[in-house]
Amino acid sequence: MTMPFYVAPEQVMKDRAEYAQKGIARGRSLVATDYDQGVLIVADNPSRSLHKVSEIYDRIAFAGVGKYNEFDQLRVAGVRHADTKGFAFSREDVDARSLANLYAQFLGQVFTHEMKPLEVEILVAELGAEASPDQLYHVAYEGTITDEEGFAVLGGEAGTISERFAASYETGWVLDRALRAAVSALAGPDRTLGPQDLEVAVLARNNGRRAFRRLASAELSELLAGGKRPGKASRVTGERGARETSARDASQ
Amino acid sequence: MFEPRDDPGPSFAALLRESHPSAVPISGAQAASLENAGQVRASRLPAELPLRHGTTVAAIRYVDGVVMAGDRRATEGNVIAHRKMEKVFPADRHSAVAIAGVAGPAVEMVKLFQTQLEHYEKVEGVVLSLEGKANQLGQMVREHLPMAMQGLVVVPLYAGYDLRRREGRIFTYDVTGGHFEEADHAATGSGGRDARTTIKLGWRPDLRRDEAIELAVRALYEAADEDAATGGPDVVRGIFPMVAAVTAEGYEEVAQEEVAERFTALVEQRGLGSAQGGGAS
Repeated sequence: MTMPFYVAPEQVMKDRAEYAQKGIARGRSLVATDYDQGVLIVADNPSRSLHKVSEIYDRIAFAGVGKYNEFDQLRVAGVRHADTKGFAFSREDVDARSLANLYAQFLGQVFTHEMKPLEVEILVAELGAEASPDQLYHVAYEGTITDEEGFAVLGGEAGTISERFAASYETGWVLDRALRAAVSALAGPDRTLGPQDLEVAVLARNNGRRAFRRLASAELSELLAGGKRPGKASRVTGERGARETSARDASQ
Repeated sequence: MFEPRDDPGPSFAALLRESHPSAVPISGAQAASLENAGQVRASRLPAELPLRHGTTVAAIRYVDGVVMAGDRRATEGNVIAHRKMEKVFPADRHSAVAIAGVAGPAVEMVKLFQTQLEHYEKVEGVVLSLEGKANQLGQMVREHLPMAMQGLVVVPLYAGYDLRRREGRIFTYDVTGGHFEEADHAATGSGGRDARTTIKLGWRPDLRRDEAIELAVRALYEAADEDAATGGPDVVRGIFPMVAAVTAEGYEEVAQEEVAERFTALVEQRGLGSAQGGGAS
């Protein structure tokens, strides 16, 4: 009879964690922050069709970094969980906390029991209802769940980006300021990121029932250039918001 | 998480069957098993069973899209069960669904349909084509056929703005789930025949929004005039039909005040039931 080599559990966990961290570090990062109208999520993602940021439910968004196929599978599972829950109970009963817990359990399960941990980190953001604050849940590859205050940074370089972003973060800031701060934190001192390198979405209070909205390239350029003509940029987004509200409010 | 061969894909109904069977609206298979267990007497439900019926709904194409309207009455036999029932619903951002038939399963079907369209959009990242949406609804009606055979008939009317063709389109259904695209207008339900005639006489290809709303309102008025199960304007309680417009901008419910105005105009035009009479004016 052959005896398997004994490997200390500490060593197994350490190896798995290292493997997952390496996988995540290969991908690009993302920043999520609250602003006066809701939650802004900015991802360093040059692809127009392979999304890192997506809609889960009326007031809940999902963002992932790391291996695309793995976090996309988690995204679909989230949509399924939320839609089923909303259908069986009521739309109000779908919340980010329970979804984030579900993700944490799944990631923890895979991390301890499977050969290979998932090389992902995910964020579940929820737009707070009247008077309750917005929520940002950060779930790591091994299932650790963190309730982030104000903003969250995910990805391999989270530490440095977070430092840069924290320096400029303000509570209750407006969309274009938050966006520019997030973009410059993601880019760092040596790179510049244009609208073509970014995937940006918001959960906005003025968007009606389905709060999630992607910012298209034209709108993004305008907001990024907004420092020069802030009046115009805010007016344009305001109008757009109002028009979409009527259509979305209707689709209750 | 599902194994690839069990994966329900973007279908919400399939997902529900797999993961949450108790939340699935009564389907054909369940109806058959109820019958086998002798819980429901074969072939037809007892006539005295109190079932709520919704009645007349209509859809009219106009230059910017489609207008959809429905009366507000629900009946249980000869009793008025509900005076403010809503029969026109947004299916998604660019389409509307209206229902006629037994209210319970019909509303349940609408809820499933709405969730299905949104679910597909979120899972796949793209919106279904209008044709695809109409087809989905057809499948739901077909699944309901065994219940229809027992008397629980649900017949929806579906209309939307086709973003690819840039025009409004209307689909009607029969109990077998067969769906048919209507050229310009459609009406269904117990007062559907009268509504249809009125619309046919007043329809023109260049109808504007207000004209289309007026025509829809008139059609429902005529239907209520002839059909006991269709509710007319209730001036005492301030209840008027529900009207919605679907255009490139999306689904928009027409305000009750505007519908009320159209009715007032209509009543004045008809000289409060004087010799003018008749459907056409």
